[in-house]
Amino acid sequence: MLLNSRDLRQCTAEAGLQAIDLQARGLAKRFGTAAPVFSGLDFSIRQGDCVALVGANGTGKSTLLRCCLGLLVPDAGQISLLGRAIAETGGAARRALRARTGLVGQKHNLVPRLSVLSNVIHGLLGQNSGPRYWVQGLAPAEARAAAMAALDKVGMTHLALRRADRLSGGQSQRVAIARALVGNPRFLVADEPCASLDPQAGEEVMALFMGLVKREGVTVLFTSHNVQHALSYGDRILGLQGGRIALDAPSTTVSATEMAQLYG
Amino acid sequence: MVSPGHVLPHRFNRPGALGFVSYVLVALVILWSLEGAGWSVNRLVSSPPKLADFFSRAWPPSIHNFDRLAWKMVETMQIAIAGAAIGIVLSLPVALLAARGVLVGRGVNMAVRIVLGFIRAVPDLAWALVFVVAVGLGPFAGMLAIAIDTIGFCGRFFADDMENTDPGPTEALTATGARRIDIAASAVIPAALPAFVSTSLFGLEKAVRSSTILGLVGAGGIGIELKVGFDLFDYPTALTVILMIAVVVIGVEQIGAVLRQKIIGAGR
Repeated sequence: MLLNSRDLRQCTAEAGLQAIDLQARGLAKRFGTAAPVFSGLDFSIRQGDCVALVGANGTGKSTLLRCCLGLLVPDAGQISLLGRAIAETGGAARRALRARTGLVGQKHNLVPRLSVLSNVIHGLLGQNSGPRYWVQGLAPAEARAAAMAALDKVGMTHLALRRADRLSGGQSQRVAIARALVGNPRFLVADEPCASLDPQAGEEVMALFMGLVKREGVTVLFTSHNVQHALSYGDRILGLQGGRIALDAPSTTVSATEMAQLYG
Repeated sequence: MVSPGHVLPHRFNRPGALGFVSYVLVALVILWSLEGAGWSVNRLVSSPPKLADFFSRAWPPSIHNFDRLAWKMVETMQIAIAGAAIGIVLSLPVALLAARGVLVGRGVNMAVRIVLGFIRAVPDLAWALVFVVAVGLGPFAGMLAIAIDTIGFCGRFFADDMENTDPGPTEALTATGARRIDIAASAVIPAALPAFVSTSLFGLEKAVRSSTILGLVGAGGIGIELKVGFDLFDYPTALTVILMIAVVVIGVEQIGAVLRQKIIGAGR
């Protein structure tokens, strides 16, 4: 019998063999002379988990996400991503590590004047370098095919040649998701992926995004101010409050009152 | 009507001691500069008759050398276009090295920006003199002077344009492991392209203005005709040259404004 990746994860989880994709130990970060955004954070995320990071504004959720990908350097503590200590990697090794990660941002962060297809092909730049991956017109056939397949997953193939700055908010975020997924990442970070969308578009995009990452077995750490999103899509809730982790529990065991206390 | 108990805010704020001293210092520097520049009311008052005398001797503009002057103006435009084109193309790699956080570290950024500052600090006529010595009299020296002047201008502003792009796409591509050169080419340069076009058009306008006077130092173009006209007291020809320069410079500026509007909209 052949097992797909999800079945395999379930088997390994049941056997207690699931790999740790992200491990943070004693993490601290401050900006300038202000009080620390957070300090002494310890947590880990197992392969295939979908973890919702919640907390009030200013509790350091976005900062923590960026530290996890090595985009910001913490003042203290260690982060191990996909089995490698980020601080000990540099240059080519860090790029190779990041080639297995992705970031979906609140602002979508597409290159405005380029086509949708070019933007998605950029998601392959971690694994491929050079002018052939800068614009879709120069891209190799397999890169174009991979990008179109990623656009197909988010229902955007019909707009492949449209300029990114001529998309609606929901379309733009779908393209950003396709760009993040085209390189088959193992670990994805999403920083309030629906914050700039209206409620209906936000629901659609969130359902699509979470459906895709769970089907493909991608480990996800996402932030959201939408309590319902966090409880529905997160397997586990990490709550930040006062620079500490105030809540770390499976989403099925977390009550709405506990969630509300994080914002109190 | 303001509710009772509220007072209207002051129309102006009284400057603090430091502000007051600064205003006085600025006023003193301006007075000192006017003194150094030989400010003279008598000479200013006596100038209109002399100016009228010049225009009476220059009017009407001479058109009997118009063919030669027109060809000199064509050469002037060729110097400007070729010099600006070379300068704009070379500015891009220079700007990539000068832009902070794009391709290379702060040390290289600083060094390249100092070199660009030096290039801009030297006037275009001085560059023309240098290139006349290096490659001899003629339009080639003028073109090289325009090219280096354009690198100083466009190199700095291209770098600023790249630094001012939205950092979001750069962060998203960094998170996928892309190299800096790929991020610059895929995200930063496309985002800065409208600003590059605007800066390049300003560069071309600047090149056209500069190229009209490079002939004064033997670096080609119509400037030599202006110098000869004044040296030989041939004021009608000199006035013709001045009017031709004005028409061409204003024309290029107007075309540049229309192109900027069409390419990037009203913003810049």
